[in-house]
Amino acid sequence: MKSIKTIADILNEHSFFEGLSQEEIQFIAGCGKNVMFHEGQVIAEPGDPADLFYLIREGKVALSIAVPPREPFLFQTFGQKDLVGLSWLIPPYLWTVKVHAVSLTRAIAFDGACIRKKCDEDTNLGYKLLQHIIKILVLREEASRLHLLDVYGEHQ
Amino acid sequence: MQKNFLCSLDQFQKLLDLIKNDGYKLLGPTIQNDVIIYDELQSAQDLPIGWMDEQDPGHYRLKRRSDQAYFGYNLGPHSWKKYLFPPREKLFSVRKQENGLTIFEECEPPIEKMAFIGARACEIQALLVQDRVFINKVATYKQYQKRRENLFIMAVNCTRAVNTCFCVSMDAGPEVTQGYDLALTEIINDQEHYFVLAIGSEKGKSFCDALNLEFARDEQCNAAKDLVEKNREQMVRHVDNEHVHDLLSKSWNCKRWDKVAERCINCANCTLVCPTCFCSDSEDEVSLDGSQSERWQSWDSCFNLSHSFIHGGPIRQSAKSRYRQWLTHKFGTWWDQFDVSGCVGCGRCITWCPVGIDVTEELQELKDEVDQNNR
Amino acid sequence: MVPNRYRVKSNTQNTHDTFTLVLDPVEEPIAPFLPGQFNMLYLFGFGEIPLSISSTPSPNNELVHTIRVVGPVTQGMQKLNPGDEIGVRGPFGSVWPLSELKENILIITGGSGFVPLRPVLLTLAARKEEVKDVTLLYGARTPSDILYAQDIEEWEKSGIHVEISVDRPDETWKGNVGVITGLIHKCIGDPQNTRVYICGPEIMIKFALIEIMHSAIPENEIFLSMERNMKCATGFCGHCQYGPYFVCKDGPVFSFEKVKNWFNIKEL
Repeated sequence: MKSIKTIADILNEHSFFEGLSQEEIQFIAGCGKNVMFHEGQVIAEPGDPADLFYLIREGKVALSIAVPPREPFLFQTFGQKDLVGLSWLIPPYLWTVKVHAVSLTRAIAFDGACIRKKCDEDTNLGYKLLQHIIKILVLREEASRLHLLDVYGEHQ
Repeated sequence: MQKNFLCSLDQFQKLLDLIKNDGYKLLGPTIQNDVIIYDELQSAQDLPIGWMDEQDPGHYRLKRRSDQAYFGYNLGPHSWKKYLFPPREKLFSVRKQENGLTIFEECEPPIEKMAFIGARACEIQALLVQDRVFINKVATYKQYQKRRENLFIMAVNCTRAVNTCFCVSMDAGPEVTQGYDLALTEIINDQEHYFVLAIGSEKGKSFCDALNLEFARDEQCNAAKDLVEKNREQMVRHVDNEHVHDLLSKSWNCKRWDKVAERCINCANCTLVCPTCFCSDSEDEVSLDGSQSERWQSWDSCFNLSHSFIHGGPIRQSAKSRYRQWLTHKFGTWWDQFDVSGCVGCGRCITWCPVGIDVTEELQELKDEVDQNNR
Repeated sequence: MVPNRYRVKSNTQNTHDTFTLVLDPVEEPIAPFLPGQFNMLYLFGFGEIPLSISSTPSPNNELVHTIRVVGPVTQGMQKLNPGDEIGVRGPFGSVWPLSELKENILIITGGSGFVPLRPVLLTLAARKEEVKDVTLLYGARTPSDILYAQDIEEWEKSGIHVEISVDRPDETWKGNVGVITGLIHKCIGDPQNTRVYICGPEIMIKFALIEIMHSAIPENEIFLSMERNMKCATGFCGHCQYGPYFVCKDGPVFSFEKVKNWFNIKEL
């Protein structure tokens, strides 16, 4: 039987929370809860309040943009250990993309509003988290560029 | 100490006759279109007797000498490579039979015995450099090897240098020290005109023996040596050969490349006149009725856009990247590939560059910039 | 060097622009080859191009080449029928290191970069007991561009982990979407005992290397296959030069350690 990990255990193993003290980990763990999504379940739609962000434990979610009259454009999937959702960081705190589960997905949902408030009070914690967030943003920006280059396509 | 021989002008002509009668095609310097180029020689009279050359960046002129020296000039735009690694060569032919079968026929041209008359030290060094390119453990350019094996070299020690020479820096001259069958030094003054001759191979010796040459006197040998020694000091241009590989490995992002690119017109002259450049291209030429094809190899140049072309476009798009490739290869990465420099200091690239780019100046400017950056 | 005569045994279309030729020697086969090497394939009336060998040596001397249509020669080859003749010169180039294996093998590839790595996966699938974990990360443009789907199924059955990611999904795609390099950091568990094989567009290799450099995988255990304009394949024509190297004889497989100083020089 698999031993059941607490949310704090999972955070301790995850590079995003590296450098945080146990007290800080416990606080953030306290802002999180385990959630589950069925295949096809919509997790967020554009315009929804972005109070939550997710750390995927297993499964796969997809981000897409509606471009009527065309089919929605699915531009990214995230899986195990990926952090999904960054709109909770900046006003107006609204999702800009649609997120849905591609397969059965288990994740930890974090109360972004709560963590934001704590970071306003405890700027040390805020700075530590911000460093990790910037790293994710930069890597995703770089990945987007590579994606845009369409490297496997035909080039004249 | 190796004994040198005395060779009069008559004996020199007789030597040429012996070599020719032994089945060698005599090839050497001649004047055509106001330029000294290599072509077939019928006799010594075809040489540019009494002529000399004036060379500077982008400048070449022939001028009359005040004497009748046989070899009183330096190098023209031709190098010997055109005889060993021809500008165009058929590699193989293919025939498509009606039953769909293809027949490949390797091209094995009759190998001509060639004698290079008047090869200079830097040119012999260039042959030795190209030997490493074309004959190595990965592959051998068979036709090149056969021609090389059937080659006779009558070398000439340079007793004068032009402004674009820098063989001394590249350890490639002016004295002929290796790779020759016979080596001559021309002594000419108001009183006398003769050659001091050194033997470099059994073949060379066999021709000398047939002529029954006298030994040269000590003062004649010394006169020959002195002329060549004095010539070393005539070199106007220099390259720091010991450190150039290291310099170029640090020069990739120098601004100097942009400067030289403003002038370089990518005409490829430098690669055409260079005696060590070896890039080639190959093309399949199909007959009009589609039944036969021939694979032809031809000289190519890294200055051509197509040289670095892969699907999508050339890797070296800019003129700057192509000049940089040539210079860093010639003086730098050539060492990594062949354990020898790609440059022999013949100076042809300086003379024949239409805009007068001087590689020795470029290397100096790069060194200054790299030193500046490291300060 | 004159080509050896080979005959087309079969010509199968893989995707809209990629097909696979299986060739049999008519007379002499080429010399024995190893994974990573390439041949120069000659099509009468069209010309000659370098193509990676996408099979491992077989007792009947069969050669397999998966080819993407990019120009007139490959267009001509696409129209070949069983029985047609083709000239083959080879094998050329350096090989993927496979004589000794590391515990963990990570293979990162995209597009037609997958072709030269197929022989590596065939070899690893047959020597599964020598390794602990083999992971294949494969990026494709769209699901319909995925090559070797059947092989992938077999490899998964033999225990190889496969993650495919596409740039643009279709309606039926349930797999990953996004650049394949985004998955690399999740696949490195024990960097000191991991070897990486990379092949694909050069820009993809660059991004992959950036990800790998975040881990502690030793530089001499990262291998990549470079591509340059190869004409003679014997180191004479000079076209394939890459810094001090001739890609046709010093490569196309290089260890990252060997090329790291050259990799980021623009227009090298």
